[in-house]
Amino acid sequence: MNRPRGVIFFENPPSIVGFAAVAGDMEASGPLKGKFDKVFEGDMDGEKSFEKAESKMQLCAAKKAIEKAKLKFHDIDIAFAGDLLNQCIGTNYGLRELGIPFAGVYGACSTMAESISLSSVFVASGLIDRAIAVTSSHFCASERQFRFPLEYGGQRPLTAQWTATAAGAVVLSGKLKGNIKVRAICIGKIVDYQIKDMNNMGAAMAPAAVNTLVNFFKHTGTAPQDYDMILTGDLGQVGSAILSEIMDREGYPLKGKHSDCGLLLFDRERQDVHSGGSGCGCSAAVLCADVLDRLNSGKLKNVLFIATGALMSPTANQQGESIPGVAHLVFLEGSE
Amino acid sequence: MNMSYEDYGKLVKKCSPNSPIFKTMPLSFLVGGTICAIGEAFRLWFVSLGMNKEHSGIWVSVILIFITALLTGLGIFHKIAKIGGAGTFVPITGFANSVVSPALEFQTEGFILGVSSKMFIIAGPVIVYGTIASIVSGIVFYIIELFGGSI
Repeated sequence: MNRPRGVIFFENPPSIVGFAAVAGDMEASGPLKGKFDKVFEGDMDGEKSFEKAESKMQLCAAKKAIEKAKLKFHDIDIAFAGDLLNQCIGTNYGLRELGIPFAGVYGACSTMAESISLSSVFVASGLIDRAIAVTSSHFCASERQFRFPLEYGGQRPLTAQWTATAAGAVVLSGKLKGNIKVRAICIGKIVDYQIKDMNNMGAAMAPAAVNTLVNFFKHTGTAPQDYDMILTGDLGQVGSAILSEIMDREGYPLKGKHSDCGLLLFDRERQDVHSGGSGCGCSAAVLCADVLDRLNSGKLKNVLFIATGALMSPTANQQGESIPGVAHLVFLEGSE
Repeated sequence: MNMSYEDYGKLVKKCSPNSPIFKTMPLSFLVGGTICAIGEAFRLWFVSLGMNKEHSGIWVSVILIFITALLTGLGIFHKIAKIGGAGTFVPITGFANSVVSPALEFQTEGFILGVSSKMFIIAGPVIVYGTIASIVSGIVFYIIELFGGSI
């Protein structure tokens, strides 16, 4: 049996009718400076906790995207959204006031592609018309949950990545038309190559990205050269190097087509992020601040967006478990 | 992807940069040495004021802990530690920082469930195994003395 499991092409591709990205000041002073819809000052932006600051960011991204789609909250039929925190509190408290039917999503750093995928299937089914996909992460809120307190004086290894303080939101519709269409999605499998190092997430995620990409290329009969850009979520420097090497061996060399959100958001020379950015807000913000803009204006024609997630749990890790990875793909096409 | 876990592990190792030990080791030596030199300067000063050896040592620890706690609170310590590495971690400064940093960060969860219960999440094991080690060594010394030995 050779069904294209996970790959779904849409007969009526949903349009992206609004998108927005917000970020913290460190992210906004990186290579994407000036491209965010709003920049949040400091770690808390006047809130009482990092978690509250993340919720505020996510709400802001959602509001801006809906506003840019020239819609009101009550025009949106469903929200698929998530973040990295336990019980997805960044999302639950962030979107609480919107009153939009809500389905929470957790896919670690792959959450943006997962939310867009689910939104697209719902919209393409015709059962609803407008969906919003929202994702956020916050450096300080994630560090205290997954690693050490901020003021703790430890050294991070060079393979470690920096969780981005950022959020992105995308509004999709079937009836309203936009310049960007979601042509297909590919839901990835959980892939685990027995990486146990919490400070090398790129290595934990790269096999999942390979798996999803190869699955997609095989079943569509396409190759990396058929696309303007293959944008991985946040593999960072280490994960990108691994991906590139394995894709060569698999017969799908990425040669010049590959970009990584973790490397686009930060300038590794100037900003102290080691292997690059990470966190589900990283790919969400890079997609919504930069890539969708370029698709919208026709500078890019077709993009494969593969957000990769390291499904890391400190509890499982302490019990000796490895870190599984997952990668979901969204095939985006600009108008002709 | 047809690759064994072992082969993948090798590829990961090849693609992962190692810590630049030729830079980090001299830096930790310098920073750690400076901290110890500061401590020694305080000790010599206390001794010159007429304090005995035991008390001057305790006061040096108190002062280094105080300075670390202050620098942690001001958000400076982790910047020094980024350069110093083991140089700031190994002296009592590392221990003080590992208690103060969670206490600061978990203020948002309140004084009972936040500050006081999270204060020892990093330093806890040091205290537990330090206490156990002191009990074990005490028993060993006791047995040695019982058979007429001396320490």
